[in-house]
Amino acid sequence: MSTVVADSHDAHDEHHDHKPTGIKRWLFTTNHKDIGTLYLWFSFAMFLLGGSMALVIRMELFQPGMQVVDPHFFNQMTTMHGVIMVFGAVMPAFTGLANWMIPLMIGAPDMALPRMNNWSFWILPFAFLILLSSMFMPGGGPAFGWTFYAPLSTTYSTDSTALFVFAMHIMGMSSIMGAINVIVTIMNMRAPGMTYMKMPLFVWTWFITAFLLIAVMPVLAGVVTMVLTDKYFGTSFFDAAGGGDPVLFQHLFWFFGHPEVYIMILPSFGIISAIIPAFARKPLFGYASMVYATASIAGLSFLVWAHHMFTTGMPTFASLFFMYMTMLIAVPTGVKVFNWVTTMWKGAMTFETPMLFALAFVVLFTIGGLSGIMLAITPVDYQYHDTYFVVAHFHYVLVSGAVFSIMAAAYYWLPKWSGVMYDEFLAKLHFWCSLVSVNILFFPMHFVGLAGMPRRYPDYALQFADINAIVSVGGFLFGFSQLIFLWVVIKAARKQGVPAPAKPWEGAEGLEWEVPSPAPYHTFDTPPKVS
Amino acid sequence: MKARLTSLLAGITALVSTPALMASESQINMTRGATDISNRVYELHMLVFYICLVIGLIVFAVMFWSILRHRKARGVTPAKFHDNLALEITWTVVPFLILIGMAVPATITLIKMDDTSDSDLTVLVTGSQWRWHYAYHDYDVEFQSNLATPRGQIYGRLPRGENYLLEVDRPLVIPTGKKVRFLITSDDVIHSWWVPAFAVKKDANPGYINEAWTRVNEPGIYRGVCAELCGQGHAFMPVVVIAKEPAEFEEWIRGEEQRLADQRAEEERLLGMSMSKDELMQMGENVYLTQCAACHQPNGRGIPGVFPSVVGQGLAVGDLDAHIDIIVHGSSGTAMQAYRNQLSMREIAAVITYQRNAWGNDTGDVVQAADIHNFIQGNR
Repeated sequence: MSTVVADSHDAHDEHHDHKPTGIKRWLFTTNHKDIGTLYLWFSFAMFLLGGSMALVIRMELFQPGMQVVDPHFFNQMTTMHGVIMVFGAVMPAFTGLANWMIPLMIGAPDMALPRMNNWSFWILPFAFLILLSSMFMPGGGPAFGWTFYAPLSTTYSTDSTALFVFAMHIMGMSSIMGAINVIVTIMNMRAPGMTYMKMPLFVWTWFITAFLLIAVMPVLAGVVTMVLTDKYFGTSFFDAAGGGDPVLFQHLFWFFGHPEVYIMILPSFGIISAIIPAFARKPLFGYASMVYATASIAGLSFLVWAHHMFTTGMPTFASLFFMYMTMLIAVPTGVKVFNWVTTMWKGAMTFETPMLFALAFVVLFTIGGLSGIMLAITPVDYQYHDTYFVVAHFHYVLVSGAVFSIMAAAYYWLPKWSGVMYDEFLAKLHFWCSLVSVNILFFPMHFVGLAGMPRRYPDYALQFADINAIVSVGGFLFGFSQLIFLWVVIKAARKQGVPAPAKPWEGAEGLEWEVPSPAPYHTFDTPPKVS
Repeated sequence: MKARLTSLLAGITALVSTPALMASESQINMTRGATDISNRVYELHMLVFYICLVIGLIVFAVMFWSILRHRKARGVTPAKFHDNLALEITWTVVPFLILIGMAVPATITLIKMDDTSDSDLTVLVTGSQWRWHYAYHDYDVEFQSNLATPRGQIYGRLPRGENYLLEVDRPLVIPTGKKVRFLITSDDVIHSWWVPAFAVKKDANPGYINEAWTRVNEPGIYRGVCAELCGQGHAFMPVVVIAKEPAEFEEWIRGEEQRLADQRAEEERLLGMSMSKDELMQMGENVYLTQCAACHQPNGRGIPGVFPSVVGQGLAVGDLDAHIDIIVHGSSGTAMQAYRNQLSMREIAAVITYQRNAWGNDTGDVVQAADIHNFIQGNR
C-alpha cells in the first residue's frame, strides 16, 4: 500500500484556515470535513430516533397481547424504523465517513464537487422532516413496511404515502449526488503516484459502492413514482384489474433493494480492512483479492434480487437460478473473511476499541453471512421467509455488521477528527455493553423464527413469549448502551482528552495519518507524492 | 474456572448434537412437520446448518487462536507476509465445492415441491383482510375461516388460551394420504398462506393464482399463519388445517355439502319471512364483530384517515340503498370488500340493521333479507 515521500504540505495548511462562524459555517460550508461532520451527526441522531422506534416495537412485543400501541401504529413503527435506519442512519454515516476520509486518504484538498456536496447533505434533513411529519397526518404515517409492497402501499394505504414517496425521492437524489461526488473525486483527484491498486480499501469499496448507488437509486425513484401514479393518477402498474402485476413491484423494488444491501456493507469491508492491519501491525493479507472480491460481490448483487421473493410463485427455473447466484456470493464474501483472519495470523495484536469492534464485526458478520447461505436455499427458505429468522439474519449483518463497522471507524478516526484521544475506558464499556446486548437482542430471534414466528407481527402465539421477553430486554440494553457512545463522542468533540499525535495508532497506514490531529481545515493544498 | 468452561462446552456440544433438543416439537428449531416434503426440508435445513456451524467454528477457532497467541502483549514480532496464491485459490475453490454439495439436494427437493401435477383434491385458498376463504373444487363446499380468539384475550381482559391467535372458527379439512393441491390467491392485498408442518408457504397475490401442494401422512390439527404483511390485522388471520382419514374426510365433506345446501334452502324459504328487530340486531352484532370490526372498530368509529367511522355520519345514517350497495358490492379502489358472496342475505340484512341502529345511529330502519334479495335482483 501507499507510503508518503516526505512533503511539507502541513506547514502552510495552517495559514488560510478561514471559515464563517456560527450557523452560517454549517449551512454554507463546502468543506469536506464540515460536511462529513454534518453527515455523521445527522446519522447518529437518526440512529437514536430509529432506535427509539425499535424500542416501541420491543415494548409491545415484550409479552403476548396488545398493550402499548395498536396494530396500525405498530406497523408505522416497523416501517419508520426500517426507512430511518437504512436511509437515515447507515447510508449517511457511510457518506459522512467518505466525505471526511476519502480526500484525506487519496491526498486531495477536498471533494471534487463541493457545492453539490453541500446540497446533497442539506436536502437530507428536509426529506426526513417530510417523512416524520407524515406520522401526524390523519391516519398516521406509512404502515406498509420499509419494502412498501403494492397494493398495500397503493390502493390500501393512507394519504401519507404521497409524503413517503417525495421523501424517498429526496433521499435518493441525495445519495446519487453523494455517489457522483465520490466517483469524480476518486477518479480525478488522487495524489501523484496513487494508482488504483494503491488506494486504501476504504476508498476502493466506496468507489464500487458509489457505482452501485448510481445504478440502483434511479430504480427506486422509478418504483416509488409508479406507486404514486398507481395511487393518485389511475395507472395500474401493480394492479391486476388494470393489466398490471403486484409482483412486478417486488421485482423492481428488490432490483434496487439487493444492491442496496451491499451498499450498506461494502464500505464496512473497507473500514475493517483498514483497522485489522493497523492493530495487527501486519499488512493486509490479499489486497488484490479484496478488491476483486468486492467487485465480484457488486456484480453478483444485480443477479440475486429475486431471492427475496421465492414464495411469490416464480417458475422453478427462476428459483434455481436465483438460488445458485445467491449461494455464489458466499465465495467472494468468504475470501474477505479468510483474508481478515489471515491478516491477524502471526501479527502482533493489540485491542483498542476500534480493533474490538472490528473483531466483533468479523465474528458477527460471519454469523449473519452463514445464515444468509441458509436463506439462499430455496426449499428451506420457504420455511424461513418472513419469519424472525430473516430478522435475525439481516440485523446480524446490518447492526453487528454495518453499524459495528461504523462504530469502529468512529473510534479509529476520532483522534484525527477531534485532535484528542477518546476516553478508552468509556469506549471499552460501550463496546462490551454493545457486544453482549446485541447478541441478547438478535441471537434468540433465530430460534423464534425457526419455531415459526412471523415478522411484522404486533402480537404472537404463547410459545414465543419467553424468547420475545429476552429479546426485548436485549433491545433496551443495546439501545441505552449507545448513550455511552454519545457521551464519548461529545467528550472528544469538546476536546476533553489527551491531545492526539498525527498518528495515534502504531500500525496505522495511510495519508490521513500524515496530517496533524485534528486535521487542519484545509489539507493537501499541494498534493503529496506517493511512491 | 476451567472446569466450568469445560462443562459449558460440553453443554453446547450436547445442545447442537442431541437430536431430541432439535426435534420436531422444539420451540427453538424448525418443525419436522407432517409430510415427506417437510421432512426433507427439515433435513436439508439441518444439513446446511451443520455445514455452516463447522465453517463458522473453524474460522472462529483460527481467529481466536490468533487473538490468544499473536498479541503484542506476548512480545511477538509481526510477520510480514501478505500473499499466498495457493492458499487463496484453496479458499476460493473449496467453498465453491461445498456450495455444490448443498445445491444438489436443494435442487432435487425444490423440483419435487414445485411439482403440483396429479393431485387428488384441489382447494382454492383466498386471502382477504383479514381472513381466509376456502373453496373445494369438485364439491359444493366453501366457507370463511376467521380468527376465533376473542378480543378480550388480545387486550388482556380474559386469560389467554393454549392456541391463542392460532385458532379459527372453521378450519380447513383435508384428507390424509392424498395429494391436495392449493390454488392460492387474494381479494385485496398480498397475503401468504403458511402451514409450517407442510413446509408450504405461498404468497396470495391479488389477480393471480399460485399453486402449492401437500400430502399429509398423519391425521391431526396443523396450525399456520399469514406470513406477508397485509395491514393491521396481519397477525390475526391464522390458518388451521385438520387432516382426517380419507373415509372420515368423505363423510365430513358430504355432511358439509348437505349442511350448506340446507342453509341455502332455508335462506330461500326465509326470504319471505321477516325477522324481528331484536333478532336482526343480535345477529347483526355478531356479523359486525367478525366481519367489520377489524377496520371500522368495535365502537364503529373507525380509524381517522384510514377507515371511515360508521357512527352518526356517512352511509350508515344516510341513503339505505347506497348503504346496501356498498356492503353487497364493496367500493372499488378502497379496502371495502364486496360481501355478496361472503355473507348470507340474512346476515347482510342483519348487519345493515345493526349499523343503522347501534351506537346511537338510531335511524329506526329495519332491513330484511328480502330487501337485500330485491336489491340484488334490481327490484329496489
